[in-house]
Amino acid sequence: MSYGDKQIGDTLLKVDNITLAFGGVKALTDISFEIREHEILAIIGPNGAGKTSMLNVINGFYHPQQGRIMFRGAERRAMRPHLAARQGIARTFQNVALFKGMSTLDNIMTGRILKMKSNIFQQAIYWGANQREEIAHREVVEKIIDFLEIEAIRKTPVGRLPYGLQKRVELARALAMEPDLLLLDEPMAGMNVEEKEDMCRFVLDVNDEFGTTIALIEHDMGVVMDISDRVVVLDYGRKLADGSPDEVRANQDVIDAYLGVSH
Amino acid sequence: MSTADSAKGLPPADCDTFPKLLEHQCRIRPGKPAIREKSFGIWQTHNWGRVAEEVRSLAAGLFALGVKRGDKVAIVGDNRPRLYWTMTAVQAIGGVPVPLYQDSVAEEMTYVLDHAEARFAVVEDQEQVDKLLEVKERCAHLEHIVYDEPRGLRHYTQAFLHHFDAVQSEGRDYNKVHPDFYDGVIATSQGTDTAIILYTSGTTGKPKGVILSFDNVIKTAANGVKLENLTADEESMAYLPMAWVGDHIFSYGQSFVAGFCVACPESSATVMHDLRELGPTYFFAPPRIFENILTTVMIRMEDASWVKRKAFHFFMAVAKRSGSRILDGKSVGFGERLLYALGGLLIYGPLMNTLGFTRIRLAYTAGEAIGPDIFDFYRSLGVNLKQLYGSTEASVFITIQPDGEIEADTVGKPAIDVEIKIADSGEVLFRSPGVFIEYFKNPQATAETKTADGWVHTGDAGFFADNGHLKIIDRAKDVGRLNDGGLFAPKYVENKLKFFPDIKEAVAFGHERGFCAAFVNIDLVAVGSWAERNNVPYGSYQELASNPQVLQTIKAHIEKVNRDLVADPQLASCQIRRFLVLHKELDADDGELTRTRKVRRGFVAERYQPLIEALYSDAGSAYIETEVTFEDGRKGMIKADLQIIDVDIAPVAPPLKQAS
Repeated sequence: MSYGDKQIGDTLLKVDNITLAFGGVKALTDISFEIREHEILAIIGPNGAGKTSMLNVINGFYHPQQGRIMFRGAERRAMRPHLAARQGIARTFQNVALFKGMSTLDNIMTGRILKMKSNIFQQAIYWGANQREEIAHREVVEKIIDFLEIEAIRKTPVGRLPYGLQKRVELARALAMEPDLLLLDEPMAGMNVEEKEDMCRFVLDVNDEFGTTIALIEHDMGVVMDISDRVVVLDYGRKLADGSPDEVRANQDVIDAYLGVSH
Repeated sequence: MSTADSAKGLPPADCDTFPKLLEHQCRIRPGKPAIREKSFGIWQTHNWGRVAEEVRSLAAGLFALGVKRGDKVAIVGDNRPRLYWTMTAVQAIGGVPVPLYQDSVAEEMTYVLDHAEARFAVVEDQEQVDKLLEVKERCAHLEHIVYDEPRGLRHYTQAFLHHFDAVQSEGRDYNKVHPDFYDGVIATSQGTDTAIILYTSGTTGKPKGVILSFDNVIKTAANGVKLENLTADEESMAYLPMAWVGDHIFSYGQSFVAGFCVACPESSATVMHDLRELGPTYFFAPPRIFENILTTVMIRMEDASWVKRKAFHFFMAVAKRSGSRILDGKSVGFGERLLYALGGLLIYGPLMNTLGFTRIRLAYTAGEAIGPDIFDFYRSLGVNLKQLYGSTEASVFITIQPDGEIEADTVGKPAIDVEIKIADSGEVLFRSPGVFIEYFKNPQATAETKTADGWVHTGDAGFFADNGHLKIIDRAKDVGRLNDGGLFAPKYVENKLKFFPDIKEAVAFGHERGFCAAFVNIDLVAVGSWAERNNVPYGSYQELASNPQVLQTIKAHIEKVNRDLVADPQLASCQIRRFLVLHKELDADDGELTRTRKVRRGFVAERYQPLIEALYSDAGSAYIETEVTFEDGRKGMIKADLQIIDVDIAPVAPPLKQAS
C-alpha cells in the first residue's frame, strides 16, 4: 500500500481493436487504448457513445466479437465478471446496485466474499478459525468505513440512505475487494455540488492512498478535467481522442462531437 | 481543600495543576478507564496509567521540539484523546494550550492564532493542516504544526510539519536519557499559573482570550464534583467543542479531579448513536439537542402502531402528572406510583434505553432558555435534568439548580463558593474562585468586566425569585423600563411566547411606553396542520394569520403568558395588553432577522412604525403596506389590514418593593 509520489507505471490493461455488436447494432468499433498503473483514466462521450459497454467489456460482462484484452501482459479469453473480480477488477454501477434491505456494513462485507476461505456452512458456526477470519475481514471493512467517512450509517439499511451516500457505499464495497483496477460508472451522477466534491476527494484519495488504478465514466466535464490523468473520448462507438485533459480539450473532433458541427 | 475533601475522594491540595492531578490519578487508580475513543467501530479504552505514560512522552517530545515555558500551543480538532493529552502535556512543560473551534474557517483562526501568539499548533488531520498552511504566512508566530491523523498528508514535505507519533517517540527517547525530566518540570508549575486561554466565540466583536489559572479550573471543577457527588465511576461524553469552557470543565477538569471516564464519539455525526452505546451517567447538552431528541421520539411514535401509540401517550400523561414529583421526592399517591412503575417497565425504560439515558444520574443544560415542555418531558421520565448558569469568565459554574428544586424558568442557586449580587441596573454580578485572571492582551476589556475587588459583570439582567433562585431575564442592555417604572424584559416575554408551538416569532415593545404590546408570527407548520385537521381552508400565510379562530388561539396563549408573568411581581409589568399577528413572516431576506434568526429589534420597529403607533392608540385595526423580497430577488408589495386585539391582563400585585 505504501507508494511514494505518484508515478504512472506500466500498462495494466490494454484493449486492442475491440469491436462489439448487438445483432446489427455496432456498439463499439475498433477501439484501442490502454490503462496504466496508478493512473486515473476518464472515459467520456455523449449519450450512447458506448462508454458503459466499454466498461462491461473490460469487466468481462460483454464479449467483443473482435479484438483482444491484455491484463497484466496476458491475454484474457472467455472472461466472466466473477473471474475479472478474482483477478482484481472491481466496479460500481451507473444505477446503484446494492442490497437495499441490508445494512451498509453488510453490503460492504459482501465485497470481501471472494477473499473468504471458509464456506457458508463454516461461517454459520461463529467459532475458532472462522471467527478469526470474520474479524480480520471486518477490520478491513472498518478501515474502509473510516476512510470514506460513513461511520454514522454503518448500521443503517442502504435503502433508507440518500442517493449520494448509496453511491459512497457502493464505492466502499468495490474497495473492500482491494482491487488493482477500479471501474466507476458515473460515480457522481445525480449528486449535488457538495456531494460531487466529496466524491472527487474520495476518488483522488483512493488513487493516492492505495495506488489503485481507476477508470471512470463521467459526464461532468469540470470533474473529468480536474481529476483525471488521461481522458479517452468515445462517440458513436468510435474513439475520437486519447490524451491528457488539456490535449483532449483542444481537440477539434471532440469539440465537434460535443457542440455539433455547423453545416 | 481540606482533609475532609480527600476523604470524599477529592485529590489532595498539593495536586494544584493538571499534570500533578494526572500523576495522582495514575497512582491511585492506574487501571481504571480514563478516556475512551471509538475508532474503527470499536470503543478503545485508555486507563489512567496509560494516559499518564502517553502524556509524559508527549510532553518531553514537545519540549524537544522547542516548546518553552509560557509558549502558546494552539489545539484544533474534534474531541480526541490525543488532543486532550496535548493539553496536559503542554501544561506539564509550562506552556499554555489554546484550543480553537475546529469548524472555524481559516480567516477566523488567523485572528486567534495571531492574537494568542501561538508558536505551535497541534491539530487533528489534513483538513486542519490545510487551513493552517493557508494562513501561516499571516501568523508570524506560528513555527511548528503537529498532526495526529496522517491520512492525505503523505505528500506534504514541509519541515515544520510533524507527525504526533514522531513527536512522542522523540519524547520517549528524551525521557530515557533524562529520567528525572518530567517529575522535575511539573513540580515547577503551581496553581496560580495560567492553565489555559479560551477564546470567547465572539458573537459580539472580536473574540477575547479568557485566561484561566489552574486554581480557577481545578477549584471550580472540584466544587462541582462536591456539589453533585460525582465519583470516579461516572461515565461522560466529550462531544462539544474543546474550545468551549463547558467541555473544558466537564470533560477535562472534572474528569481529572474525580477520576471518571470521558468518551469521545466516533465523529460528530454519530454522537446520538454513540450515546446510546455508551449510556453515560453524566451528560451535558444545550437545549436544542434535548429538543431534537424529543422531536425525533415524537415523530417516530406517530409512525408506530396504534397500540404502541396509545400506550405511549397514556403513560406519558402519567409521567407528566407524577414523574417529576417522584424525582423531586414529593408525595405521590400509591396508585399513581404503581402506574408510574408499570410505565417504567413498558415505556420509560425502553425509551430511555433507546436514547442512551438508562444509566443517567445527572444531566445539565444551559446556554439559552429551555422550553418547559421539553424540560418536563425528560424530568418526568426520571432524567435528573438541571439548568445551570455560567460563563467562560467564571470557569462555568455561577448557579446550579439543587436536587429537588428544579423549575423550568430559573437557573438555580449560587454554586459552592460563588457570591452573586444584582446591580441597580438589574445586571447580575458574581465573585468566585473561578473568576478569570484577565483577558489576554486586552486590559481595557478586563477593566470593563472585572472590578478591582473581583466582581465580574455578566451583562445579563436577572433577579432572585422568592425561593432564592436566580432568574435570568435578558441581556442587560436590552432591558428597558415602562413609563410607570416597571421592568420591561422583551426577550423573556418573547421566549415565553415562542414556547407555544403555534408561535414562531414574537417581538415585544414597551420601553418608554405606557404598557407592553407585541407582534406575533404564527408558525405555518403547526397552525397549518391545525387548520388541516379542522377543515379550515386557507390560501396563504396572510389568510391563515388573519383567521379569527387563529387570532383567538393566539390570544389564549398570550393570556396564559400573562398569568405566568404575574406570578413574578418583578415581571408583572411585562404583561401584554395588545397584540397583532403580522401578515408576513419575519425574514432574514428582508433584513428583519439576522442570518442566525435573531430578531433585529430596531429594524423591525422602524419598518412597522405605523403598526406600533396603532398598537399604542385606540385603533381596532391598522393598515400596512410592506415591501418584500422574494427568494429569486424580485420585490413585491403586501398590503394588509391587521386586526389589533386587546388581551385581558391578570391583576397586578401591589406595587413591587424595590429589589435589593
